[in-house]
Amino acid sequence: MTVENDGFADTLTLARDDVSRGEVIREICVHLAPYQAGEKPITGDTVIAKDLTIDSLAIMDMVMELEDRFDVSIPMNVIAEIHTVDQLADTILELRARA
Amino acid sequence: MGLFDRHAGLLEAYRDVRTTGHDPFQIRMERVLSPTTAIINGREMLTVGTNNYFGLTFDPSCMEAAIEAIRAEGTGTTGSRIANGSYSEHVSLEQEIAAFYGKKHCMVFTTGYQANLGIISTLVAQGDFLLIDADSHASIYDACKMTQAEVVRFKHNDPSSLEARLRRLGDKPGNRLVVLEGIYSMLGDSAPLKEFVEVCKKYNAYVLVDEAHSLGALGEHGRGLCEEAGVLDDCHFIVGTFSKTLGAIGGYCVSNDPDFDILRVTVRSYMFTASLPPSIVASVRQALRVVIARPELRKQLWDNVATLYDGLKARGFVLGPQHGPVVGVHLPDRTTAIGFWRAMLDAGIYVNVAVPPATPNGVSLLRCSLCAAHTKQQLEHMIDVMTGIGRQFGVLPEKSAAAD
Repeated sequence: MTVENDGFADTLTLARDDVSRGEVIREICVHLAPYQAGEKPITGDTVIAKDLTIDSLAIMDMVMELEDRFDVSIPMNVIAEIHTVDQLADTILELRARA
Repeated sequence: MGLFDRHAGLLEAYRDVRTTGHDPFQIRMERVLSPTTAIINGREMLTVGTNNYFGLTFDPSCMEAAIEAIRAEGTGTTGSRIANGSYSEHVSLEQEIAAFYGKKHCMVFTTGYQANLGIISTLVAQGDFLLIDADSHASIYDACKMTQAEVVRFKHNDPSSLEARLRRLGDKPGNRLVVLEGIYSMLGDSAPLKEFVEVCKKYNAYVLVDEAHSLGALGEHGRGLCEEAGVLDDCHFIVGTFSKTLGAIGGYCVSNDPDFDILRVTVRSYMFTASLPPSIVASVRQALRVVIARPELRKQLWDNVATLYDGLKARGFVLGPQHGPVVGVHLPDRTTAIGFWRAMLDAGIYVNVAVPPATPNGVSLLRCSLCAAHTKQQLEHMIDVMTGIGRQFGVLPEKSAAAD
């Protein structure tokens, strides 16, 4: 699947129910890859702020990219409660289901 | 675990900063001589990092007004407006600021930080939505922590990013408040306010604009970006500060909302802190008169912006995206930024250094802020000094025909 560079196209090309959990996880991992610490792979259990070299501001910026990719908005207080890659993916899928 | 252990990362970064021999966060002005000069480390320096955009801190009429007020009413109010009552000058100041904007109401705060903190956190509550620019000032972020409203960030200066987030809210009940800044304090760039306002109108969202760095600097009468963009009537709340162009300290919020005054008994940063002392109120009132009476100061400021921005750009520095009273110079990393800052100090020029986490996108910056009172000669000297240091640090290429 190609990711358009155009944010507007991104938000509209995805129909509501055609996003799988695997796709969301893959997309998160793409964004987190630059922050991988050592050889340890990024998995669903990875604690984003602790196991990686990403700071809190960069996490919020990454979330903004994911929001536009999957056409959801994740409030800041919800972001604060998210620790792992799995939790982030679940939040995105839940918000999509609710929209 | 000790109380300070959680700051270990910051402590380490701070230690790095201090290895340069100077601590930029504890610089001591031994004596401030004028809006553009100070004695630091025993020698006179050119100051280009003070936010003193019109140079009014030493304006004789503002100084006299403050001195007179102290003689007449003493040094402080020793309490809040709610508990101790307002001095008639507090009320006059509020009326004058409201009149300056052509708005009906104004509330004055003891600092600009408290104005943003209190107003934003009180305007929205549970069930409402607060939408903020990703590069918002700390006072706006801190306000987000004090409200039960859902807070969503949009991409910096990107109306389409805001629109996507307002669209996603659909027909959910609840007020929408969008917070923008006239000029962003790190890179000196302005919001595309007209476009933002169009989006807000379409989605029925309230607009709050923080004009902290744009008061005096933007607009035909110096009212800020709201005036410059022609949307003064569409901005529901304008917040600003007395600590930059007006040369003192304090904050304000103006609005046409008929129920605005209820905020006087709901905004905690207004209710539970001492009000501005008479001297500050007096100098601010006079400074506002100077801003109105002397538009040439605005022209001088922008002439100086052009000299510094265009000069540094021509030498090859990477700057913020547009002319602004703040000129942010991008440097490759924290160590270079601190080293560069220190070298400038050694050369007799004081600017600010801004490094992560205080900067957007993790950038390291030398932050220069201009003053109407800077001379062209001073700024041209500064450009030459920075060019030399830039080459020394490998930020600019070695001397070439193209560079000069």
